[in-house]
Amino acid sequence: MTTKSQALLNWIDERFPLTSTWKAHLSEYYAPKNFNFWYFFGSLALLVLVIQIVTGIFLVMHYKPDGTLNASGIPVAFASVEYIMREVPGGWLIRYLHSTGASAFFIVVYLHMFRGLLYGSYRKPRELIWIFGTLIFLALMAEAFMGYLLPWGQMSYWGAQVIINLFSAIPVIGPDLSLVIRGDYVISDATLNRFFSFHVIAVPLVLIGLVAAHIIALHEVGSNNPDGVEIKKKKDANGIPLDGIPFHPYYTVKDIAGVVAFLFFFSAVVFFAPEAGGYFLEYNNFIPADPLKTPPHIAPVWYFTPFYSILRAVTYPLFGLDAKFWGVVAMGASVVIIAFLPWLDRSPVKSIRYKGPVFKIAVAIFVIAFALLGFLGVKPPEYAFFGVIPGAPVAQICSVLYFAFFLLMPWYSKIDKCKPEPERVNFK
Amino acid sequence: MKTRVINLIRRAAAALLFAPALALAAGAQLHLDQAPVSKDPAALQHGAKLFVNYCLNCHSASFTRYNQLQNIGLSEQLIRDNLLFTGEKIGDLMKVAMRPAESKAWFGATPPDLTLIARQRASEFGSGADWLYTYLRQFYRDDNRPTGWNNVVFENVGMPHVLWELQGEQVAAVSENPDGTKHIELSLAKPGKLSAEDYDKAVADLVSFLVWMGEPVAEKRQLIGAFVLLFLAGLFVLSYALKKNYWKDIH
Repeated sequence: MTTKSQALLNWIDERFPLTSTWKAHLSEYYAPKNFNFWYFFGSLALLVLVIQIVTGIFLVMHYKPDGTLNASGIPVAFASVEYIMREVPGGWLIRYLHSTGASAFFIVVYLHMFRGLLYGSYRKPRELIWIFGTLIFLALMAEAFMGYLLPWGQMSYWGAQVIINLFSAIPVIGPDLSLVIRGDYVISDATLNRFFSFHVIAVPLVLIGLVAAHIIALHEVGSNNPDGVEIKKKKDANGIPLDGIPFHPYYTVKDIAGVVAFLFFFSAVVFFAPEAGGYFLEYNNFIPADPLKTPPHIAPVWYFTPFYSILRAVTYPLFGLDAKFWGVVAMGASVVIIAFLPWLDRSPVKSIRYKGPVFKIAVAIFVIAFALLGFLGVKPPEYAFFGVIPGAPVAQICSVLYFAFFLLMPWYSKIDKCKPEPERVNFK
Repeated sequence: MKTRVINLIRRAAAALLFAPALALAAGAQLHLDQAPVSKDPAALQHGAKLFVNYCLNCHSASFTRYNQLQNIGLSEQLIRDNLLFTGEKIGDLMKVAMRPAESKAWFGATPPDLTLIARQRASEFGSGADWLYTYLRQFYRDDNRPTGWNNVVFENVGMPHVLWELQGEQVAAVSENPDGTKHIELSLAKPGKLSAEDYDKAVADLVSFLVWMGEPVAEKRQLIGAFVLLFLAGLFVLSYALKKNYWKDIH
């Protein structure tokens, strides 16, 4: 480094911890060297967050959160999205990046969470990382739900109608609560405006704060790895973990390759199948919102469907309260329960590599149940597999299995026959 | 690493294979003919002409401007001479004079804006183009309807058969399927100006135009996409080589 730039750096370092921050989080942050495929999704989630924020900034320049009708009888909000798609130079690309980004966000986050489940990344001392992560997931769901109202299509409108009505099932405060959320007695311009405000300001701020907390907590305790052994236990004379390598340059170059591969698949969707067969952009959402015309089948976007299925699976009233209320409770619990994993898992080892058959089978059942719940959530409640096996009881069984995976974990993770963990990580 | 990449590809392929299975949902079955959608400018221009002459009287296309038809190869002069009838300007949106509230009073429902109709009508039974192609060819005479017309795909539709002078008049023979559902067989009772084959061709052109209008940027999008994917593929080779190079001293 030339003396001049070194002098500048010194000048800054005396006033701001630039070099020390760089070292602490990148060049001297030691990550286990045995990260595998599953470890790309953290950096990819960050990438998608940036994509969403940047494309979102440009969308807001042309989007109008206005539910009133224009001269052609089309809601202004809906028309402004088509204006972006047709008349704003490059607007179609920005919009497709944002709409595809929403689904991509959930894909990478689901895979990121599953990685944590596989390798026990939530176990001590990483409980707070996991809790922050669950909160990020919750905020992400709120962000996606509110963002989906903005194009003001039929699915935007009726999807929001269904979900907000759920809040009215809560005893005592329910009706008033749903009124506060809507800002009106029906989904209307007032709802659109407050959702817009939450979607572009409030929730993104919370998300960014939580992501920062998630990463700060991670860098405090260090990353877990596929073997689930703590690399900090074996250090060299300089106090550097024997199995650790500096995040920069090793994982920055590795993550760059991962980012490029991800962008390849992401672009394939954006440029060749932005609707993704009606799963990323629902066909009915190309119809402007019409408060007087209820669509025959209201399906949430794919990333909500596992939880939506759990909601629908509860059909029995209990303690004099509506089944709908217990459905809301079950749906809420199905997300919140994820945060308790650190205390539910009593296994002596972290990684699935050394866990016994019971845990492996439990994870397999959980994955199948989750996928089935997701699949059934897209379908109308009367759906039957091959036209014969009714979907509703299957969803109920899968909901029970979903909760059983968590609630029985303290028991089955304890009785499982685990293999001994290695002293050092495996690296080929 | 090689097996890892192969595994990745295998996983992606499995995900793709799973997708059509999702679409196999039962419910009311809708049998749609596959629309021969064309990107040929001549077909699109013919479709535009049919659209302006037959559809644009009641249906707006309020996200499309007349001069955007230059993208399907029409010159500004051609648009002025052939498609502007009532003093519109070339940069105007394709709106109708009828106010939405009035048309609702007259027809029972406001004729929907058609800009996005090809995207709206897509379903698990087929693309939006398939739906439109089938719908526009399956009107039949039904004296029980106020308009005198009914439709196989869209039962009790509010719209009369505006293309009847081209297609002629079809009548329906209704029978019952073994599973109890209705089966409607159409036959041509009064021929129109066009032969059945030419009518299908005309509808295909109209549908092609509606598909184009649903997303005018579609063709450009795919062209740009091809370059983007090529670039990213090249970049991946470089970034992977960079990673390999850095990691060679990690044991």
